[in-house]
Amino acid sequence: MEELVKALTIGVANGLIIALIAIGYTLVYGILELINFAHADVFMLGTALTYFALEVIVVSMGLPAGSLTALVLIFAALPFIALLTASVNASIERVAYRPLRNAPRVAPLISAIGMSFVLQNVGLILLGPSQKAVEPVLPKNDLVFFPSGPAWFGIDEVMVVAVTIPLLLVLRWFVGSTRQGKAMRATAQDRDASGLMGIDVNRTISLTFLIAGGLAGAAGLVVALYYGQTWFLFGFQFGLLSFTAAVLGGIGNLTGATLGGLVIGIISALSDRFLEAKWTSVLVFSILILVLVLRPTGLLSEKVSERA
Amino acid sequence: MTTAARPRRVALPDPFRGMDRKRREKVILIGVILLAIVYPIVFRSLESAFPFIPWPGTSVLIICATFAILALGLNIVMGFAGLLDLGYVAFYAIGAYTTAFLASPHFGIHISWWVVVVIAVGAAALFGILLGAPTLKLRGDYLAIVTLGFGEIVRIVFRNLGDVTLALPAFLGGAVLIGPNANLTGGNVGINPIDPPTIPIPGPWGNAIVFSNQNPIASFYLVAVLLGITFLVCVRLRDSKLGRAWMAIREDETAAAAMGINTVTTKLLAFSLGASFSGFAGAFTGAYQTAIFAESFNFAVSILVVVIIILGGIGSLRGVVIGAFAVQYVNQTLLRYLGDQVLNDPIQALGASTGIALLRDFNLVNYNYLIFGIILAVMMIRRPEGLFPVETARAEMHGIGVAAEVTAGSSDELALAEEVTVVEGIEEPVAEETVAEETPPADRPGDVR
Repeated sequence: MEELVKALTIGVANGLIIALIAIGYTLVYGILELINFAHADVFMLGTALTYFALEVIVVSMGLPAGSLTALVLIFAALPFIALLTASVNASIERVAYRPLRNAPRVAPLISAIGMSFVLQNVGLILLGPSQKAVEPVLPKNDLVFFPSGPAWFGIDEVMVVAVTIPLLLVLRWFVGSTRQGKAMRATAQDRDASGLMGIDVNRTISLTFLIAGGLAGAAGLVVALYYGQTWFLFGFQFGLLSFTAAVLGGIGNLTGATLGGLVIGIISALSDRFLEAKWTSVLVFSILILVLVLRPTGLLSEKVSERA
Repeated sequence: MTTAARPRRVALPDPFRGMDRKRREKVILIGVILLAIVYPIVFRSLESAFPFIPWPGTSVLIICATFAILALGLNIVMGFAGLLDLGYVAFYAIGAYTTAFLASPHFGIHISWWVVVVIAVGAAALFGILLGAPTLKLRGDYLAIVTLGFGEIVRIVFRNLGDVTLALPAFLGGAVLIGPNANLTGGNVGINPIDPPTIPIPGPWGNAIVFSNQNPIASFYLVAVLLGITFLVCVRLRDSKLGRAWMAIREDETAAAAMGINTVTTKLLAFSLGASFSGFAGAFTGAYQTAIFAESFNFAVSILVVVIIILGGIGSLRGVVIGAFAVQYVNQTLLRYLGDQVLNDPIQALGASTGIALLRDFNLVNYNYLIFGIILAVMMIRRPEGLFPVETARAEMHGIGVAAEVTAGSSDELALAEEVTVVEGIEEPVAEETVAEETPPADRPGDVR
């Protein structure tokens, strides 16, 4: 029973990270009907940037990895990392997708695959072919214990929740309650009509890519700290999980992406714990195929008003 | 229709100007066959006579030809039927593993490769149907993701089944069904060795001709024949009733269905035929390399085949084959040559003097996917129809098909123009002059979703 609760807790932490990436897919799909293949590689760039920031903090500045200053500094770097990944994502849209906006639908998709490969190769050149260990700045101490004794969850899980949930809430507020968010929703519903209503469509789409890229960068930092690793293929691994989450929740739907992320995170954690970790991705991809075949609209598709 | 200025296209040099089309094609065909026969024999002497030219080795040409078979197969799915498949490597893996299971000491089964290849093709086609039947109704990009997921599942399953234990749960008796720790697929290590194809003709080469990587020249001739068969089948398919049905579905599925085409069966046929060519290539690769392992059948292979098709010209048989040879030649030979001979040393020297590790460790070969990624994006923006396009693809990519769809019925002349494009699409490009009026990109009607 305690094992189940523990697995569920890890699943929630993983699920929130997946949700953060999945929202990027869903935002872009909602507005352009494009699967932004490069999105997950932008996230991978976020893990790489975190790795390099920590190399600077720990190795160049000489701060011990376990110190509080190092931890504060890396969280202070979060806005910069997010800004960098956001600009990369928006630049990709400007260069590789915007010229293809009125082309047949596969054209931007293939262009996106191309960009994904470019970013993966950049990651390979920066990080090398194998996984790199990120400096262990985040304490892994257990924080909460079961009444019977064994540990339940630690500081690292708390950190994941403390970073992801506020971001998800801010995004919800931004898309739901601000003028710019309204413009995004309008553009998602009908690009031409919103252009006629005076919305700057190009700017709105750029903003969407900025937000998606920023969230991916934040997710990158969380993953680098929580898993203590970075790898140029992280984008591919997490990308498929997150896209599955976005589809499961109903692509284009923000609440759905969060819900899908949690479901996928929990299923993965349960499979890691009670099946075998090496079969987890097979299970997740099978779910993806089944969802697409049986219910391609996802779990929460009927709430069209929440589409963004 | 707007008859605006035709966008300028770079004309490829044409040494056969003045010959009629049939004759020209015959000359090219004979030339290619002669080149294929002669090149492996004279390759060594060419290399020693002109060492400054990056000649592709025979083993590189074998990779080129294998990918040409893969590309021709995927071209049926993507080019003819218009279905985006990002998990094409799965069928390649299935073909290779079928060969490995049936012709290796792994299970102690040693069936002749000439029989195994038929079984491998059948297995790939079967899995094509199994995947296609439930998923082909999905929209384009969803189908892309499903196939991608399938490709990953196949790779991981082949990797994981190297160590498998399947037992009933304890409350059902706990009987062990498979295993414990059964090795079905060789896991990470893969299966090694695999029996290569042989022809029992004694000669100076021994008791039989063995088509393995120990014997690249003979293997090249084998894969060249396989490529020839594939090409011929593709030409016949393209010109058949089935080929026309595929293209009709690609252009407009609803209209095709209204004309009495069974779209489900037709798409399924495209999917399984495409898969069977992938299995064909896999059967050759496994036997030729005499070893396979799961990680080599990764997503990058699927994308490389897509790159080949996009670059060569989606739907164009000749373009796809040239694309395969070009991409794999660049990938296997040219990048290494350019790196070793031209770029690596000065950049590494620059890195050593400035202390930038990125430049110090520079090796052009490591940048191959960066280059292919950029090619994909640039081709989509600048020349989406590929280097050797088919007329319809070019027209569609430049908005003619779209224009017809939006304003159809408003102008008889337009309907006629559309009909002409479709008819022309069945044939290979004839000459530059026959391009129908093209709408420049700026004149595209706005929303096309």
